Amino acid sequence: MTVLGLVNYVEPWWIQIVKSLAIFLVIFALLPILIVYERKLLGRFQNRYGPNRVGPFGLMQPLAEIVKFATKEPSRPTTSVGFLYRLAPAIAILTAVGSLAIIPFGGVQNIFGTPVGLYGIDVSIGPLYVFALAGISFYGIMLGGWASGSKYAFLGAMRGAAQLISYEVAQGLALLGVVITAQTLSLTGIVHAQGNIWFFLPQIVGFTIFMIASFAETNRAPFDLVEADSEIIGYFAEYGGTAFVAYLFAEYANMIVVSGIAVTVFLGGWLMPFGIHPPGWVDPIVVLVKIAIVLTFFIWIRATLPRLRYDQLMSFGWKVLLPLATLNAVVTAIVVVS
Amino acid sequence: MSYDPGDDVIQVVREPAPGPAAGAYRAFGETLRGLKTTFSRIVEGPTTIQYPEEKVPVYPRFRGRHKLHRFETGDPAHPGLEKCVGCSLCAAACPADCIRVVSAENTPENRVSAGERYAAVYEINLSRCIFCGYCEVACPFDAITMGHDYELSDYTRSDLIFTKEMLLAESIERTPLRTEGE
Repeated sequence: MTVLGLVNYVEPWWIQIVKSLAIFLVIFALLPILIVYERKLLGRFQNRYGPNRVGPFGLMQPLAEIVKFATKEPSRPTTSVGFLYRLAPAIAILTAVGSLAIIPFGGVQNIFGTPVGLYGIDVSIGPLYVFALAGISFYGIMLGGWASGSKYAFLGAMRGAAQLISYEVAQGLALLGVVITAQTLSLTGIVHAQGNIWFFLPQIVGFTIFMIASFAETNRAPFDLVEADSEIIGYFAEYGGTAFVAYLFAEYANMIVVSGIAVTVFLGGWLMPFGIHPPGWVDPIVVLVKIAIVLTFFIWIRATLPRLRYDQLMSFGWKVLLPLATLNAVVTAIVVVS
Repeated sequence: MSYDPGDDVIQVVREPAPGPAAGAYRAFGETLRGLKTTFSRIVEGPTTIQYPEEKVPVYPRFRGRHKLHRFETGDPAHPGLEKCVGCSLCAAACPADCIRVVSAENTPENRVSAGERYAAVYEINLSRCIFCGYCEVACPFDAITMGHDYELSDYTRSDLIFTKEMLLAESIERTPLRTEGE
């Protein structure tokens, strides 16, 4: 374990609480901005403006929609299973928020004489923690679709189950190459290992596989057949009001999480290119800007590619991505060892 | 004996199906092409017309809300006589049956129109009107024409029954007119 891994234990206990609140508030302030940003950018991709009526440049649009959703009457189908129906959105959003904890926004810095790591917690199992939470978040989709007691929601949940399981394997194996190169599972350790070269260059195959699998993991286009808004609405077909908002926010929080992981693992985290070493307070801004760039790419892909067919999705995941990711990990291991 | 189609047959030469590597390369290349296409949409910019603020200009022969006309005097204090003589030809021509005309005799003391009679009541129910323009064609005195106003929504149906005063009033030009061509 590195010295950095021990930092959390020398921080005063209240730092942890302050950090949790700060990360939570910043990310939850970013979510509505991300939603309106996506809608406006999608509009531009289609020669239109997007929302521009509420507030300046339409920036208040998500606020108006949240008010609309929050004032809706809570209801559920008579065929649904009440407890699980209410539990599922909570699982979805809790796991999404939990994954945010380990994204590092900067190294250890002295703030008013107290050493503070600019991350929720630097766990020594980094990516495994994310995959564990992603594994649980799948229950949010599965239970939500099943407990709704509706066949379309159930179809969406079934698709989601198969998709998440098959793409999580490829995603994990794609990260394995980086872990072997960096010789550590700690995310801050991985960022520090990118001092010479960001890992997306030597690990270009792993980066590509990770990004493709991330689209599937977050149910984004072109892998959004869990929702498939034009055919089956998806696992949240029976949800309305705040429960639906929970699913919506969970999806966008998951987008921020995978973007954060991609930035940390492949794009050098808070490091700047061309050997620039800015003062420490710039680090979170660098990370946020990089995350914004990755998110823009997510939206760009959504505006471009049509949805895959279900069997195409499966055969692509198991026959192309998984062997490639395995090969990538093996080759990396051989190169590192020799 | 086999059938010989001769020269009519077009031979389609297909390339062999791409292998895994070529297929992946092709899919990747096509994805990049798609990304380029969508990005050029951003460069083009939006083509939306922001309706309540910007309006599509109408052509001169656009058939909007009707207008009734008076003879021109050039003096707003003494408006001219109404052109409508209350003949009800427009009501007869109307396929939607939305025009109601009740005519009355002109007297020397109360002279409203140029003819013998005038329209005492002239109502158009715009919630029934189909804007076909037959009333305009049927009118022998060009008393009724189709205007350019198409913003005709209202909160109650009865508000959409336009009376003679409303149709005669100088209409507020709310729609831009296309100048080029017809």
